[in-house]
Amino acid sequence: MDFASLSTQLLVGLSRAMILFIVCAGLSFILGVLRVPNIAHGSLYMIGAFAAYSIFTHLGSSSSGFWLALILAPLVVALVSLVAERALFCHLYQREHLMLLLFTFALMLILDDLVKITWGPEYCSVLAPNILRGSVSMFGASLPRYNLFLLIVGPLVAIFLWLFVNKTKIGKISRAAAVDREMVGAVGINVSWVFAAAFVIGCFLAGLGGALVAPTVSICLGMDHDIIIEAFLIVTIGGLGNIWGALVGSLIFGVTHSFGVLLWPQFAIVFPYAAVVIVLLLRPRGLLKSVW
Amino acid sequence: MFRGITEKRLLWFLAIIFIVLLIFPSILPRFYTYIIALIFVTSLLAMSLNLVVGYGGMFQFHHGVFYGVGAYTVALMLTKTSLPVWVGFVAGPVMATVTGFLIGWFCVRLTRLYFAMLQISLGSLIWAIAFRWYTLTGGDDGIHGVPMPALLSSQNNSYYFILVILTICLMAMYLIVKSPFGRTLQAIRDNPQRCEAVGINVRRHQLKAIVIATFFAGVAGVLFVVLERSVFPDLLFWVLSLEVFIMCLLGGWFTFAGPILGAAIIVSLRTFVGIYTEYWTLVLGVILILLIFFLPEGVMGYFLGKFRPLAKEVAHRSE
Repeated sequence: MDFASLSTQLLVGLSRAMILFIVCAGLSFILGVLRVPNIAHGSLYMIGAFAAYSIFTHLGSSSSGFWLALILAPLVVALVSLVAERALFCHLYQREHLMLLLFTFALMLILDDLVKITWGPEYCSVLAPNILRGSVSMFGASLPRYNLFLLIVGPLVAIFLWLFVNKTKIGKISRAAAVDREMVGAVGINVSWVFAAAFVIGCFLAGLGGALVAPTVSICLGMDHDIIIEAFLIVTIGGLGNIWGALVGSLIFGVTHSFGVLLWPQFAIVFPYAAVVIVLLLRPRGLLKSVW
Repeated sequence: MFRGITEKRLLWFLAIIFIVLLIFPSILPRFYTYIIALIFVTSLLAMSLNLVVGYGGMFQFHHGVFYGVGAYTVALMLTKTSLPVWVGFVAGPVMATVTGFLIGWFCVRLTRLYFAMLQISLGSLIWAIAFRWYTLTGGDDGIHGVPMPALLSSQNNSYYFILVILTICLMAMYLIVKSPFGRTLQAIRDNPQRCEAVGINVRRHQLKAIVIATFFAGVAGVLFVVLERSVFPDLLFWVLSLEVFIMCLLGGWFTFAGPILGAAIIVSLRTFVGIYTEYWTLVLGVILILLIFFLPEGVMGYFLGKFRPLAKEVAHRSE
């Protein structure tokens, strides 16, 4: 294990953590405001990736196609989630908590098959634009450019989220709704629309994660099942509903996985799960303060 | 007195069902026998989950793991060791119970969603190990062609075996639910604080419930191997666990026999909708949404709710 492979592996882990962070931040945001673990989040992530593929190929697989896909695919996902929320989900807010959870599961089942109908079971791939292809030599290690790009995007998203939650009115309202929803309703704010906004923003982030991951993986059915379980675990170890917890959790998850690849490739997948178990045993309610 | 008569009738009814089920393999085609046996196995799994979810009020979100552990244990014992078959059959539920105790021991410290999340993470750990340990578990492919003793080699015989074990397990579960322990568990579900206050050890009761439920899940896992002669990592995956959870809700999670109904509905839907379309999860999703909107008590709960006022009225009149 030399320095070069170590730093490459670390970069891969960190960039994976950035994707996970973007997805989990959305999940955590929904969890914080609506108090529902959105099981359909993985499907929305998958739709983001497939939508990015479609937009990319429609625009002649060019570099500009990639950038446009990166902007449009999350909007498509946001639209899908807005329709689902306004048509069905918003009628359930008064109901028992478990029913909301089940609704998101039903949504996952439906969206998965809709993806299968729309895009078919084939593997799809998206090419990164020229400027992000290849790798950079740094300190004797070759670092893939796209992963470096993800390392820039992740913190940018984090900063935007921080600004959104702390500086904008809707962000503040959603934070208030997370703490005390009755009070928010009592001061004359339409809680139903706050919930809708939170749900759509969370799903937008899932779509963004999907669009960002598209050039690095082969897009296929089933990618939702893998990410959603990871996202749940990350959100749990970070502290439910805490966006910074999602960041910490993603870093733990991504880095342990990449070191698992170095140490014991066959069981690399076990390392992050074991890390999660250890964290939960030491701090059962997550590393950072949960909003609950 | 009226109550006594209805219970006697219920017993007769159950006896007739049992006899009908005994006759089934000789009159039905092989395929249907197989489907019914699969419904038996799945309903045992769903019933065991309902002990924790319906009666215990805990968010047991990864119950499939215990089913999978039971199935994997017996499959490994029968293929990799030359121990007698019954040792494998006993080891399956025992391993599931041990796993259930370990996972439950950590989980009962937490409540509701945290309980669910911790269980999903611990369960996924087991899934990841089974998925990756190619030399032992066959990884992705699982284990196929598990040898069965001659007694269980024909499909009809394994059907009878499953039916008998299911009946015994259901009786045992019924007795557990009606026992003081079962009553305490339901009291904890309805009001944990008050139970704590009157001196009930809430965590210990919850852990006991989990251990009992995981034992039955392990039995279901063994029966699955008897029926299918193969195991694969999807048995341990969380999607299966949620499906079983839905069976409980679909059938009615506050009723004893509801999960059987839920399992029957889901298994037959998957089989028969699956013949016409490959998009059967779409159908399941739509049904689930309809259920959430119109039948939140589950199918069984709905019918019981419809008839219960009637029964009460009759009971009132007879007094």
